[in-house]
Amino acid sequence: MELALTILLFVALVATALTIALVRRLFAVVMLSGVFSLLSALLFVLMDAVDVAFTEAAVGAGISSVLMLGTIALTARSEKRPERYSLVPLAVVLLTGGVLIYGTLDMPNFGAADAPVQLHVGPDYIRKTPEDIDVPNIVTAVLASYRGFDTLGEVTVVFTAGLGVVLLISGLGRRIRRRREGAD
Amino acid sequence: MFAAISLLIFICMAMLMVRLFAGPTLYDRVLALNVFGSCTVLLIGTVGFLFGRPDFLDIALLYALINFVGTIAVLKFFRYRRLGDAADDTESIMPPEPDSEEA
Repeated sequence: MELALTILLFVALVATALTIALVRRLFAVVMLSGVFSLLSALLFVLMDAVDVAFTEAAVGAGISSVLMLGTIALTARSEKRPERYSLVPLAVVLLTGGVLIYGTLDMPNFGAADAPVQLHVGPDYIRKTPEDIDVPNIVTAVLASYRGFDTLGEVTVVFTAGLGVVLLISGLGRRIRRRREGAD
Repeated sequence: MFAAISLLIFICMAMLMVRLFAGPTLYDRVLALNVFGSCTVLLIGTVGFLFGRPDFLDIALLYALINFVGTIAVLKFFRYRRLGDAADDTESIMPPEPDSEEA
């Protein structure tokens, strides 16, 4: 059942991606990319990567749709038809995809218990978190304490990015310019 | 039981995707995306029960919130043609363009 659902979702994902490539009206493209994000978030939920699915839904379907709509409001509303089609990008994409798939052949199976990632530091965290940190949730302990500096850096980056976006779309420069014109 | 419900919800999603791909007007697409998000919420809920992990319901709730905010943003874009400080400068409020006006 899980496998069937995964295959169905992947088929829907590919259909959405092909439509995004074909549609010329950018508004439809934004809506379809929202659907693409929701579908991939569903796939992440099926793979038990719930936190990744959270991020995908919030960023992909939420914020980036809004930002792309803002971009459409500032620029054009439909894509220009290319004058000639080139096969080079397709070849590059196929080559990259092939290399990536070839790279996964040597990787351990999905969810394998003897994968290196499960053997190295994970057991230590699970064993030592109750005495080191005394927090019931091990993921929280790893993020907020073992990797505290890393998380601090991430929060700084996200805060800076958010500040930049707010400054860009708040229209502060426009308002200042208008006030200056009004004063003149 | 839950498998059948999941399948039915997925069929709904497939039909919505047809409407999204074909949708003659923009409003069709907005509505389809909104209902698609609702179907995602439902599917996460049923999948959680199907695989014996009802704690997925929390995630479904978060998705419902994101879906709501996204739809508000899209509709605000329709109304004001911009996303910034539309409340401040009311002179920028324009009627929707003709091609998106008529359904």
